[in-house]
Amino acid sequence: MKYTEEHEWLRVEDDVVVVGITEHASTQLGDVVFVELPEEGTTVSKDDEVVVIESVKAASDILAPLDGEIVEVNTPLTDNPGLVNEDPTGDAWFFKMKVEDLSVLDELMDEAAYNTFIG
Amino acid sequence: MSDLKRTGLYALHVELGGKMVPFAGYEMPVQFPLGVMKEHIHCRTQAGLFDVSHMGQVILRPRSGDVADAALALEALVPVALLELKEGRQRYAFFTDDQGGILDDLMVANRGDHLFLVVNAACKEADIAHLRAHLSETCEIEEITDRALLALQGPAAETALEALAPGVAAMKFMDVAVIASDFGDLWVSRSGYTGEDGYEVSVTGGQAVAFARALLADAAVEPIGLGARDSLRLEAGLCLYGNDIDQTTSPVEAALTWGIQKARRAGGARAGGFPGADRILGELENGTTRLRIGLRPDGRAPMREGTELFADASSADPIGKVTSGAFGPTIEGPMSMGYVTTAHAAEGTTVFGEVRGKRLPATITAMPFRPSTYKR
Repeated sequence: MKYTEEHEWLRVEDDVVVVGITEHASTQLGDVVFVELPEEGTTVSKDDEVVVIESVKAASDILAPLDGEIVEVNTPLTDNPGLVNEDPTGDAWFFKMKVEDLSVLDELMDEAAYNTFIG
Repeated sequence: MSDLKRTGLYALHVELGGKMVPFAGYEMPVQFPLGVMKEHIHCRTQAGLFDVSHMGQVILRPRSGDVADAALALEALVPVALLELKEGRQRYAFFTDDQGGILDDLMVANRGDHLFLVVNAACKEADIAHLRAHLSETCEIEEITDRALLALQGPAAETALEALAPGVAAMKFMDVAVIASDFGDLWVSRSGYTGEDGYEVSVTGGQAVAFARALLADAAVEPIGLGARDSLRLEAGLCLYGNDIDQTTSPVEAALTWGIQKARRAGGARAGGFPGADRILGELENGTTRLRIGLRPDGRAPMREGTELFADASSADPIGKVTSGAFGPTIEGPMSMGYVTTAHAAEGTTVFGEVRGKRLPATITAMPFRPSTYKR
């Protein structure tokens, strides 16, 4: 698993990158009540706003961690946003994206580095 | 947070895992480990304990000794009938300004030989100055600073409080009483800010922590933070001063006309005679161009404070704005309160809120969003 400074986790499954938010981020957000997912097939650039999540406290955006194409979104989250709090690193992934060169993930933090990052 | 004040329960909040944030000049718990959603639901299904000690507690003692004189004096500042307020009863009121705007909303209780007021934390200094400026001739104005104020709300509140303060179960909604207890005299009102049955209890500062701990020892009682307090009051359709009402809103625009009794209206026994009476009585007669309304977004996306409202999906000019918006855990959906032009204020009207650049439909809905359970 790799991590961004935006508190996303990335996991390579077959040829695609699965993206979600970390346990730390979901705790900070509080109870998630709304998730808006991008359309499958959308081409995104790194740092594009791709997902909107609203918690009981506020709205926040999830940014695309890499350039690529959204190939699948986790539709059940729309009806069950609370899953983001229950299982942020498992069932509550947001989208899967296809990227040209998986080696860009090497530049991201590993778990130890992320844990240091969040202190 | 060095300039912020703390209530007498600060250390208890921290001990209970409260996440402390600045609010109205105080460090207050926004949530406890349960989290906003579960705290909200706990309060609706069992009982929630809130520290509201940051609010102002004020006694108006008539110099004549006759509480009617205090009631009449205070009537000069509020469009509310207080002379008819019986001993042991409480009533919702609001201070108005000369332009008919709302300076603050408050509770007024008749406690036999004096009136007891509870005002908002953010407004309390201004309110007390306002009272002193206008009522000093007829009343002694005493700010109570040595008592904490706790609210116990929810279906299990009655049983939990009755165990410590025998007699409270017999009280009805908006009754007030002084109840002797192991924690000294408790100043109890059967009221609150959640839409639930429950109580607000003023307790002497030295006993506040022990009293709170005794309530929390009841398995049905959980501490509740400001986050859930806000979603609870919004589901109950209750205004938050500073968001939903302020000096730019009149009580008629704010749909608080139920709080202006006949005696203070045109033709009433004591018609007018409060700041902004010309405007407010005129609006009661002729209506207003905008009204406070409840709103249920059709989808799941909350329409938060500041969301602009439109008559349709494409028109350029907004018809209003959201003043409070959140997700309602009990109604399991988003809800908002705001103002729209009167033409669009009828229940069932579809309006559009602009959220992240998109116009999303919402329906004007009667409040409370969730029926209140007051014990009348």
